[in-house]
Amino acid sequence: MSDFILEMKEITKEFPGVKALENVTFQVKRGEIHALVGENGAGKSTLMKILSGLHVHGTYSGDVILNGNIQAFNSPRDSEKAGIAIIYQELALVKYMTIAENIYLGDEICKAKGVINWDKTFRETVRVLKEVGLSMNPAARILDLGMGSQQLIEIAKALSKDAQILILDEPTSALTETESENLLKILRSLKQKGVTCIYISHRLNEVMAIADHITVLRDGKTICSEPRSQMTEQKMISHMVGRDLTMMYPWKKTEAGDTVLEVKDWTVKDPVTGDVVCDNISFKANKGEILGIAGLIGAGRTELVMSLFGVYGKKVSGEVYLNGEKKDFNASYDAIREGISLVSEDRKRYGLVLGMDVKENSTLASLEKISKFGVINKNEEIKLSDRYVKELRTKTPSLEQRVKNLSGGNQQKVVIAKWLLTKPKVLFLDEPTRGIDVGAKVEIYNIMNDLVDQGVCVIMISSELPEILGMSDRIIVVHEGKISGSIMREDASEEKVMYYATGGK
Amino acid sequence: MDKVQSRIKDLIFSSIKVNIKQYSMFIALIAIWLIFTFLTDNIFLTPRNLSNLFVQTVFTAILAIGMVLIIVTGHIDLSSGSVLGFCGAVCAMLMIRFGWGVPAAVAGTLVVGLAIGAWHGFWVAYRHVPAFIVTLTSMLAFRGLIIGITGGQTQGLEMATEKVAHSFKIIGQGYLPMIHEVNEGQIHDISLYVAIGIILIFIILNLKKRASRIKYGFNVLPMYLEITKLVFISGIIGVFATIMVIYLGIPWSIVLVLVLTVIFSFVANNTTFGRHLYAIGGNAEAAKLSGINIPRKTMILFMIMGVMTSISGIVYTSRLNAATVSAGQNAEMDAIASAVIGGTSLMGGEGTIFGAIIGALVMASLDNGMSLMNLDITFQYVIKGLILLLAVWVDMAQKKK
Repeated sequence: MSDFILEMKEITKEFPGVKALENVTFQVKRGEIHALVGENGAGKSTLMKILSGLHVHGTYSGDVILNGNIQAFNSPRDSEKAGIAIIYQELALVKYMTIAENIYLGDEICKAKGVINWDKTFRETVRVLKEVGLSMNPAARILDLGMGSQQLIEIAKALSKDAQILILDEPTSALTETESENLLKILRSLKQKGVTCIYISHRLNEVMAIADHITVLRDGKTICSEPRSQMTEQKMISHMVGRDLTMMYPWKKTEAGDTVLEVKDWTVKDPVTGDVVCDNISFKANKGEILGIAGLIGAGRTELVMSLFGVYGKKVSGEVYLNGEKKDFNASYDAIREGISLVSEDRKRYGLVLGMDVKENSTLASLEKISKFGVINKNEEIKLSDRYVKELRTKTPSLEQRVKNLSGGNQQKVVIAKWLLTKPKVLFLDEPTRGIDVGAKVEIYNIMNDLVDQGVCVIMISSELPEILGMSDRIIVVHEGKISGSIMREDASEEKVMYYATGGK
Repeated sequence: MDKVQSRIKDLIFSSIKVNIKQYSMFIALIAIWLIFTFLTDNIFLTPRNLSNLFVQTVFTAILAIGMVLIIVTGHIDLSSGSVLGFCGAVCAMLMIRFGWGVPAAVAGTLVVGLAIGAWHGFWVAYRHVPAFIVTLTSMLAFRGLIIGITGGQTQGLEMATEKVAHSFKIIGQGYLPMIHEVNEGQIHDISLYVAIGIILIFIILNLKKRASRIKYGFNVLPMYLEITKLVFISGIIGVFATIMVIYLGIPWSIVLVLVLTVIFSFVANNTTFGRHLYAIGGNAEAAKLSGINIPRKTMILFMIMGVMTSISGIVYTSRLNAATVSAGQNAEMDAIASAVIGGTSLMGGEGTIFGAIIGALVMASLDNGMSLMNLDITFQYVIKGLILLLAVWVDMAQKKK
């Protein structure tokens, strides 16, 4: 038996017009954590789709060898049976079902044929939850749980199926620092138990922290595959993008101008539970600066900007001043009219109409500007959206391309284009680089700099500390709905931000 | 030269790709016609039958136009059959019982339709009751109200004054007038001029669009291809028009459908309102964050649907020359089926007016053809159901590719 639990040999996969993978060889040793990194579009997902049986045997060339045997998966079920479990970036849990129901979904523990044995189901659930360090009621519903726990439940689900190889696609992109750390800890303990793990992430510091071996893909080819000891973050980045990124965070010193946005005593309740999610928040944002909002997930940052934008929560108290004038935003169209824009954290849910094309998405928030008496000037629409495709360097075959066919980074650029077309004075960016690759990240940072130069007040929420520290002129930290600290760029450090983010304890 | 040719090829292919659904629908329609022509010893393809077929399509087509917008926005209207019947009955009763003239009765009925639409819109947009439920309740309620206002009896329009009855009949049964009286089978002059006029307007609008695209510096088809395209489409319009021009002339109700189709295609493709509906159906949350006033648009949408339903009801009553208790029964299902056969996605965000018109023609052709064949009514229903299933399956299979 070979040393490798999994070998993918000379895999080539073509889509009409593009070679997604070209002679990729990917070898994973038994019991290791093997990181797979690369920009979006590098071919990671395609490779994993072959492994998980989504791209069925025969649609690609090359061999998938598991435990020394060549595999021919004809469906994801085949791959699952062979002991491969994949956990996608977008979690596949049924929100309204309980933990136990989710873990054994499609694989229910039964007494007689078709009759579920609930006692055994619950007992087994408690057992697998323990393996991932969770001790919660198996009857709890998924929607009541945080992202971190949900991620762990996905892993527990995989373990319940005796998965030998666990594939994690961007597992920490929606997690807080502590949740991420916890996840990495669990993965290490699973490794001790002999589970092999393929770890896909854009967070290179995590990759460096957890991987035993790192494979870098670029443009559908294997660029390098080395043990972690021979790898550095810098080296990984240069392999990924094919050039040296001398400046990951292209921050520029600017002179902060007048206050554009001022928020006073902002208190908001959750519309469903009635909990206070923003508690007496006051802050100022100035022209020509990037204000970073840091904090743990669930601290109330997203709720803060969503409620300022007029689309979330029940306002209890508070005032918003725009250029010194008091404003009231009851709905997003009020905010947009006054020059406020919000790039929300979940672009697929809040940002894009996936079935619409690039130009229709680009102009969605500014249609009035290119219309007369409610009739759209379609030529103007093409002209404007084309200009932003060029300016933001969005990679799309045409303006008529449906955005669901674009990569994450390019989708994000379309969302940004949509908001730039509204000519904002204040631009909220909620997790602007989540789940997008390094190259596109830098491009988005550059766009932010350009906006600041043009006098736009940019307010960025981010859970990635290096990003917050790298790009902000000033940072405010939110903890449990309150502002727990405000730090100038010169004084900022990861420790300081985390200190405030955890409540200054 | 090669580069230019490949660019042209790309242009043609991309335009075919965008419209493939509508082309394939159209081809399916022609195929159905050919099959029926064969099965009915050529009766199906006579001008008389086709002209009748178009007229039979009218009220479903009008409902389907509104239904496309409703479904595109992610809603559904189950009440339109009952509301159609109700509006038709209101129109009849205004003329019979209250002695209103035709314009007043029609206007009154349109206002009633608008009000019913506003009622639906209010509950859906501002009280967040799913449209399925809101319109289900109306489906029941208005069926009852029809019995209420007609007294449970068929109300023939001969009970109105002769002048009113005569002019009301024209809406659903009349044809464009003629300068020189001719008989069936000859060319009807005004209808001919109207048909030529439509083709000319179509050509001029297309050339204007082309000129404007050139002004903006966008890619356009080379002139010879543009002309080929225009000749081809004009030819198709010509064939349809000729059928009617040489039968009894173009029916007024067909003119009505054409006008509504053009207006609502324009609304769907070229107005902010239309775009907003597609965005709401595609992703309501993104639409909301993009500053779209969803409740207001939804309200307007349902009011439009109410008006369309009442127009359809007026045409229906005029064609039947009476208001009946069962008027419009299952019409909502025909309208939904037309929209879906025409490529409208029940998930929202996708669909075209033109497709729905073709869909309505498919449905009406099935009715018409099977009746001509004297097929047992049992099979007529079963076959219609199966065709709908087939159409949606083909659509899904295409999407999966």
